[in-house]
Amino acid sequence: MLKELELPIVDLPKETESLREDVRSFLSAELQNGSFETRCDSWLSGFSADFSRKLGERGWLGMTWPKKYGGHERTAFERFVVTEELLAAGAPVAAHWFADRQTGPLLLNYGTAYQRQTFLPKITRGELFFAIGLSEPNSGSDLASISTRAKKSGGQWVINGSKIWSSGAHHAHYIVVLLRTSSQGEKKHEGLSQMIVDLSASGVTVRPIYLMTGEHHFNEVIFEDVEISEDMIVGEVGNGWKQSMAELAYERSGPERFLSTYPLLSELINLLSETSSSDHAKNKIGKLASRLWTLRCMSLGVAGMLDKGESPDIAASLVKDLGTQFEKDVIDVARELIPSRPSMHAETKYETLLAEAILHAPGFTLRGGTTEILRSIITKGVGYNE
Amino acid sequence: MSDIQPMLIDTATKIMKDICTKDLISNAEEGEFPQELWEALKETGMTSIGVSEESGGVGGDIKDAMSLLKVAGKFTAPIPLAETLLANWILGVARLPLKNSPLTLIPALKKDRITFKKVEDGWVVSGKAQYIPWARDVQDMVVFGKTSDGQQVVTTLSTTDCQINRGQNLAGEPRDEVHVPENLIENDRVAIVQNLTYEDICNRGALTRIALMAGALENALELTLTYANERTQFGRPIGKFQAVKQQLAVLTGEVMASGIAADSAVAAYENSGQNEEIAMAKIQVGEATKAVTNIAHQVHGAMGFTDEHPLHYSTRRLWSWQDEYGTDSEWADLLGDKILEEKSDVWSMFTESPRQLT
Repeated sequence: MLKELELPIVDLPKETESLREDVRSFLSAELQNGSFETRCDSWLSGFSADFSRKLGERGWLGMTWPKKYGGHERTAFERFVVTEELLAAGAPVAAHWFADRQTGPLLLNYGTAYQRQTFLPKITRGELFFAIGLSEPNSGSDLASISTRAKKSGGQWVINGSKIWSSGAHHAHYIVVLLRTSSQGEKKHEGLSQMIVDLSASGVTVRPIYLMTGEHHFNEVIFEDVEISEDMIVGEVGNGWKQSMAELAYERSGPERFLSTYPLLSELINLLSETSSSDHAKNKIGKLASRLWTLRCMSLGVAGMLDKGESPDIAASLVKDLGTQFEKDVIDVARELIPSRPSMHAETKYETLLAEAILHAPGFTLRGGTTEILRSIITKGVGYNE
Repeated sequence: MSDIQPMLIDTATKIMKDICTKDLISNAEEGEFPQELWEALKETGMTSIGVSEESGGVGGDIKDAMSLLKVAGKFTAPIPLAETLLANWILGVARLPLKNSPLTLIPALKKDRITFKKVEDGWVVSGKAQYIPWARDVQDMVVFGKTSDGQQVVTTLSTTDCQINRGQNLAGEPRDEVHVPENLIENDRVAIVQNLTYEDICNRGALTRIALMAGALENALELTLTYANERTQFGRPIGKFQAVKQQLAVLTGEVMASGIAADSAVAAYENSGQNEEIAMAKIQVGEATKAVTNIAHQVHGAMGFTDEHPLHYSTRRLWSWQDEYGTDSEWADLLGDKILEEKSDVWSMFTESPRQLT
């Protein structure tokens, strides 16, 4: 096999079993007391500051981070187990999602001691939320073309420009912004840096962008002469591209890339189990299960490589590409097997989940890199000469 | 991974690369058994990998056996290696003497009518079985069957005692019909086995096809990437076209997914002995076969569709093996039925089987 395509088999260590049981009993208690309702795509749409705080209390945020920053020094696999259980249950994890998945690891890799001490403990307690500022209105997948810039003025940096698709920026406290700190050199990737911006700072405007469901998760964040102190620069000035790309490997291969519609699949199986199902239904469910299992093996394999400090860009891109296709396949099979009238305000759980899944699905293959961009990365990576 | 696995893969790769040429595969399809290839594998002990030393094998585990089959699948080795490994494993379990020559297996599917009758001085075996791999090329066949009172029995039959009607699969591999006339077999050549079921054999058989297919899928990927880099149209390599690139990425994804599904199924089977993972991996390689063979042939254009180009040695095998030891649909029905009947949340099925850290 081509070396780039070899993934290790990861069998989860024994100690994750009791952790999984803990998460399951927590979730079933929370469901019972009505603290949340199962939703599709809950990592985008399930915002609950309370729920995130409860996860923080249990030590399920910043799980792998050092204890001195409020982390719990647990393994990547323990984090994987908690994450997949939360997503499979459709739990509201959007509040802490980006801080836990991206900002924390970013600061641990590149942040200053001051930044780590200031932000990480609060993130692990579920008290501090971050948004991500990568895309711009005129730069979708072509991130190297971004034009938001920061200019040095005295001891400060002054930011002007705007970011788009920043999920949860209307709830979050801070945003990590990729911006230009010097003019574009020969290479488009040069001259980029990352900075942490307080979303309540003067000159920052968060403008809602509503989804076709009417829900508000996305935002445009506009910066007008926003002043940033030197200590809010993440990593090296000029190293922003490399730092952001490392972030994306974490972003592309996690269980959120194939579990967005799992709550729908689970409810579909519940309903089919109640009646005697056709062979056709069994066949479709068997095939979906096979795909989901394969994706989980792949995602675990990538987690294993990340844990060892390897950077499996191609494998991560493949997990996302296949995973997001699967998330959509679940919808097609559901619609095929059970005739229904999906609506965001339906009376049955199944119809509501189906509506959420259908209306959120167009985003699955866009966020975190479009299918087309991912496929370019894949062919380049397996030795197709450009 | 066992200690011997990297060395095993290396050695097998070297042997196959040297001997398993296009001519050899093509001649095998014309009926010439590749004795030299077989001897080379036999000398290195590869024909009884996965059978413990106390049972007469060379040791190694099922992972080793499957990694060897992956290499065989990749090089489209036209020999009954999967059948011999399966048959020797069964002989080992039944504590019957192993064979050092090519073997095949009559698993006594429901539609096969091989009956075993106990008589005073031995057993009478008779009946008919279809689609038996390489029956014409082997001296001995291992037969697994049941007696009328439900006991499971294993024996070996000599092909000289049987009538063989030739048949073949899409890849030109022998899949023969075997008529067993009433044969008296001495007691010491028949074993009653408690700890081996028809399902066990199907599971192992499916694993061999999963491994072979994972190897063949890798080969289809490598051939296609090479071709896309070399073949020029409209002044540039065809792989430079966006539309082709998108297809290559899909093919790559399916091949990678199949590789890890195959490895994971073997590991899970070894740990738990259950067959859900085998079902899932067999479905995965089957689904991958559809996508990969489509794309590989499309990218190769008319050239890949000719006898001259080696692509078809892999794709025709994939189409054949896809339906052996359970079609995608049969496995999907079985798995879907289990999920729906047991009202099992798929998630629990994935996460609650006992697993160990490797």
